[in-house]
Amino acid sequence: MTEKIVVGMDGHDSGARALDFGANLVNKLGDCELVVAYVIEWSPYSFQTAEENAERHSRREEEISTALERVINPALEQLEGKGIKANGVVRHGDVADTLNAIAGENKASQIIVAKSSEGGFTKRIFGSSTTNLVMSADVPVTVVN
Amino acid sequence: MKNIKTLFAAVCAFVCLSTPVFAQEALTLDEKVNQMFSSSTGWFVNLIFAPFPGTTFPWIVMWLVIAASVFTIYFGFVQFRYFRHAISLVKGDYSDPNDAGEVSHFQALATALSGTVGLGNIAGVAVAVGIGGPGATFWMILAGLLGMASKFTECTLGVKYRNEYPDGTVSGGPMYYISKGFKELGLPGGKILAVLFAVFCILGALGGGNMFQANQAHAQISGIVGDYPGWITGVIFATVVFIVIVGGVKSIARVTEKVVPFMGILYVGAALVILLINYDKIGWAFGQIFEGAFTGLGIAGGFVGALIQGFKRAAFSNEAGVGSAAIAHSAVQTKEPITEGFVSLLEPLIDTVVICTMTALVITISGQLISDPNTGLYLLDGSHIATVDGNTGVSLTSAAFGSAISWFPYVLAIAVVLFAFSTMISWSYYGLKSWTYLFGEGKVSELVFKVIFCIFIIIGAAASLGPVIDFSDAAIFAMAVVNILALYFLMKVVKKELHSYVARLNSGEIKKFSH
Repeated sequence: MTEKIVVGMDGHDSGARALDFGANLVNKLGDCELVVAYVIEWSPYSFQTAEENAERHSRREEEISTALERVINPALEQLEGKGIKANGVVRHGDVADTLNAIAGENKASQIIVAKSSEGGFTKRIFGSSTTNLVMSADVPVTVVN
Repeated sequence: MKNIKTLFAAVCAFVCLSTPVFAQEALTLDEKVNQMFSSSTGWFVNLIFAPFPGTTFPWIVMWLVIAASVFTIYFGFVQFRYFRHAISLVKGDYSDPNDAGEVSHFQALATALSGTVGLGNIAGVAVAVGIGGPGATFWMILAGLLGMASKFTECTLGVKYRNEYPDGTVSGGPMYYISKGFKELGLPGGKILAVLFAVFCILGALGGGNMFQANQAHAQISGIVGDYPGWITGVIFATVVFIVIVGGVKSIARVTEKVVPFMGILYVGAALVILLINYDKIGWAFGQIFEGAFTGLGIAGGFVGALIQGFKRAAFSNEAGVGSAAIAHSAVQTKEPITEGFVSLLEPLIDTVVICTMTALVITISGQLISDPNTGLYLLDGSHIATVDGNTGVSLTSAAFGSAISWFPYVLAIAVVLFAFSTMISWSYYGLKSWTYLFGEGKVSELVFKVIFCIFIIIGAAASLGPVIDFSDAAIFAMAVVNILALYFLMKVVKKELHSYVARLNSGEIKKFSH
């Protein structure tokens, strides 16, 4: 059975490092496929204006197509160039929970992410998405520096 | 039309005279605006609040209460039977994870609440208790509980008949469900009623959603920094609102939307602290509320006066039956319109039954209302109950909170300004949706409304409380006249939705998602 590995992208250089690490791993493992995931941070409990709500559906579509265009599709092209089987997914939600859910849906054996690109206040208060993922994931997590 | 032109000219004059040299002149302009405003809106106010012949009972109050009672009975006390289900929906138990990123039930509820929780809960309750005595609280709570069914009906329809445009945006609200619903049922007059609603909604947006807010925000600020002309507050508010709704500086609105819920929690928290400090008086306060509800305890108009004030201010605060919430709730992501109906019924509960009651209890317990120690009846100062420093409206609430927590009036002033601002932003959207329904979408059309909206902020801040409150109430209630009439015709659509949903819920077809 083909093994699947989820690679969490963050749109930064660090995400690209995670992708490279994943690609190298696939080459070593052989029968293996990557699931390249990008999670747009979103909470159903945030507060929005009526106007934002009215435009939310179209904004969501825009966010997904931008993520596909800028992050996922270039990553998939890069992997295709290396002859690696991969598919992409863009979701909204809590980054750690959603990456874990994607891994579960794909029966992935592990998740690869880069060291957090968040910093400062948010990281201190809420912890980074990477830390949260390591703490809560149901499968092994590899954190790339 | 002539009046509108004159008002416009007066407002332009304010802006031009914004130097201290003209401060004295501006003060008289405040009075002129007040006079002009009350004389030009008086007929409208009289029509909406006309009493039943031979009584002092305004027909509009009865109209709202009867409607809320009819919906409560027609839907089999839906507000109590499906209360727990409503909580589950808000928690997201029934939300499809694949819809992540769309507007959640929680967000739709929070947005609608930010339009209703505000000055109605702080200043409106003070007006109700100041005129109708503590007994008004009883009728306010009753109206809040019944109003949950009205809200359920209108918000279900708001989602069911919303317009979804090719660009992914949505528009919903009474104007859409009246015109589309009537057409679907083969009923005549839908378009006329929808247009009428849109006209009243624009007036409501300018009145309760704007002038009342500006007026009370000014009262609160001047209560702290000292008296100064209202138009100054008006110009400042109008400028900030203009920047947000015309300039598209969404960050200000976003910050407000995030701060307002915390202000709401802080307000309720402070009220709870005051109630805990005075726990020995809570029993007495409820005694005053129950006794006043049926005897009036000396207030003008007796128990009927308490009832009218309670019902009026509850409707003004939670807007159940008014139709505004249907506009706010219609953006939710759901395949089942009835689910938003369930969620929306929590709104009057939070707004009126919880927050308004807190304000009323704090005012009652604080001893700001003066009563005769011998008879136990309240002393009157004109039609109002006499208060310690002659405070009315938001100043009364502020004094009540200040008597227990000395620094709280400062927090309240910030809360009032933020609540006023967030309500204005919400109502500018409701008004705009009605405006574009009437005049079509388009940059110029939208800009015209937004400029008019900002001008009315200045008028609202400059005019005195009486005429502003009368016009605000009348405009909001005029929306309810049309909306409720339409709801009577469309409620069978909601019942069909309810039966279908409940059957599928009971059969297990509709299940919770595991998150």
